[in-house]
Amino acid sequence: MECSAGKTSDLLIIEAGKSEKNYWLDLIKYRELFYFLAWRDILVRYKQTVIGVLWVLIRPFLTMVVFTVIFGNIAKLPSDGVPYPLLVFSAMLPWQFFSTSLTDSSNSIVANANMISKVYFPRIIVPASSIVVNLFDFAISFSILLSMMVFYQFIPSWKIITLPFFILLAVLAALGMGLWFTALNVKYRDFRFIIPFIVQFGLYISPVGFNSSVIPENWRLLYSLNPMVCVIDGFRWAILGQNISIHVPGFILSLVLLLMIFFTGIQYFRKTERTFADVI
Amino acid sequence: MTTIITAENIGKKYIIGHQSNERYSTIRDVIANKFKGLLNSSKKSIEHEEFWALKNINFEIKQGDRVGIIGRNGAGKSTLLKVLSRITEPTEGRVKVKGRVASLLEVGTGFHPELTGRENIFLNGAILGMSKNEIKRKFDEIVAFSEIERFLDTPVKRYSSGMYVRLAFAVAAHLEPEILVVDEVLAVGDAQFQQKCLGKMEEVGKEGRTVLFVSHNLSSIKALCDEAILLHKGNIKYKGDVTEAFDRYSNILNSKTNVDIKNIKRSSDCTLNAKIVDFRLMSEGKVNPENIDSTKPIKIKVKIEAKEDLIKENIGIMLYLRDTCQILTHFSSSHWHFPLVLKKGENILSCEIASPMLSQGRYYLDCLLYYTCLPRIFLDKVNDIYSFSVTEFDPYGTGLPIGELKFYVPHSWKIVCGE
Repeated sequence: MECSAGKTSDLLIIEAGKSEKNYWLDLIKYRELFYFLAWRDILVRYKQTVIGVLWVLIRPFLTMVVFTVIFGNIAKLPSDGVPYPLLVFSAMLPWQFFSTSLTDSSNSIVANANMISKVYFPRIIVPASSIVVNLFDFAISFSILLSMMVFYQFIPSWKIITLPFFILLAVLAALGMGLWFTALNVKYRDFRFIIPFIVQFGLYISPVGFNSSVIPENWRLLYSLNPMVCVIDGFRWAILGQNISIHVPGFILSLVLLLMIFFTGIQYFRKTERTFADVI
Repeated sequence: MTTIITAENIGKKYIIGHQSNERYSTIRDVIANKFKGLLNSSKKSIEHEEFWALKNINFEIKQGDRVGIIGRNGAGKSTLLKVLSRITEPTEGRVKVKGRVASLLEVGTGFHPELTGRENIFLNGAILGMSKNEIKRKFDEIVAFSEIERFLDTPVKRYSSGMYVRLAFAVAAHLEPEILVVDEVLAVGDAQFQQKCLGKMEEVGKEGRTVLFVSHNLSSIKALCDEAILLHKGNIKYKGDVTEAFDRYSNILNSKTNVDIKNIKRSSDCTLNAKIVDFRLMSEGKVNPENIDSTKPIKIKVKIEAKEDLIKENIGIMLYLRDTCQILTHFSSSHWHFPLVLKKGENILSCEIASPMLSQGRYYLDCLLYYTCLPRIFLDKVNDIYSFSVTEFDPYGTGLPIGELKFYVPHSWKIVCGE
């Protein structure tokens, strides 16, 4: 009862076609739901798993081993003076985060269809909270990187402090594409099939198993049309320091694309979210 | 008193596709339809038909009003609640709302089977719009109300259906919004639980909060509401006194002739993997009689069309019989001790009722087909699938009216002297 005081004055107008002015304000009001959904997803992910959190460590670690053997030992691609496993793992981290976040957030609205059709809240909370879970996994697998650094006695340079910026980029990339796909997925269930394909394909066309310096100079710009290129290159640059250089025009192109996907993703999501309950 | 909700000319349009039952599409369909459109552009409109679930809805609700919303299936009740609680937006018109709205269109929305009771209280509370502190403050009250203290740390997937519903309702009952919007969530659960819910709802009303309540049940609307809105085919037919609204509602129900059960609009939460397509009531050799002799046995036949074999799923069928309050529920899931098996295509189920012994009055039947697991998911539900009257009822054979008796229980009296 006490919570109602003073709130009675807010007037809400529900009207066709008009996106509410207080959308972002609403988002703040519903921030607790956002925490709770993220908390739920984290809890649920590890319930009834025997080794729980270990799964987060095993997957990227094994992929790293395979990539190191294939690209480093068999294909003998250059590693620019960095131990090959480190080169792979510093890219594996953002890629793993991106791919699982994209998959989870794309399915999130359909997976929570029941809630969508029964309760109001800003829908963006659902895909956003599914990304938080993966951020949690990301933090855990980061410990592998730290132990690998100890093992190879690798000391990162000052550039490591820029890492949070690149983590933010990874979040924006995952959320941007996630918003596009989850909104499309509500309407066209085809996207269920498209996403695994993108994730699988993306692993090979993104510079995960190799350094992007192996791409010939005149192909670099074309290669940078993949928004994950700037994230992965950024991670390598920040973590591995001195030996890694960034191809600046490619980085900017990739970054611009990433931001475009992010902002249009929000726009498209907001445009369609009002009809989610009708079509889901 | 201040006006808290103003609806101005609300309308909600749906596009119904006649080809597919799913509301979402695949790109293949979109492309295929585009091509079809190119080939014969004149016939394009045949596949999609506009349907106005609500049209020209105008009303005002003042602070502290308790309003019941009644109407037949597909009259637009749920759509109206969804518009008011911002789940879906109106196609035209606008609504002004002052204050926090909490909608309770279902108990246990967002419950996760893997999480414990304690975790689900927090999660469900947050989904319904409570803050963490609010939930913490009311946590003990919620637990006490639900009577599940001992199982608080057990995953809810191990709960019995009764415990599940109790916990879910306990959370919802402790919401404290200015405006509470409630759909017919009280229709499931045992009688004792329903009583408890109604009691809690009454309390909410007495605290001066605004309540909007959808129900088919006159007695609960009478107990809870001081006003009612009667919806019919998306329009407001009447707004005002509860008894008057119900009188007009029964007129609408009685005036219907042979409803086309197969094509009647279903509420959006039905999966329709199996659909009730025909309903027959037989009494004294007559099929679908208007009046029945309630001292004679009744046989009911329900025809169900299943889209696929439903063999492994636990499915139940339920018949509700009510006049103004619920009189009889018939759950096949508790009756048969084995799950209902539906084969792809047509299935006919029959139910025999020895003799209902109902007194004079008008009765309505609802037929629901659902998965027996919780949260309850409906395959199909048709309210007011059949209605009949009992005009003569004289169980004592005296020729005298039997007064207030709702139904007769066969019995006999004897005088026994000493032992």
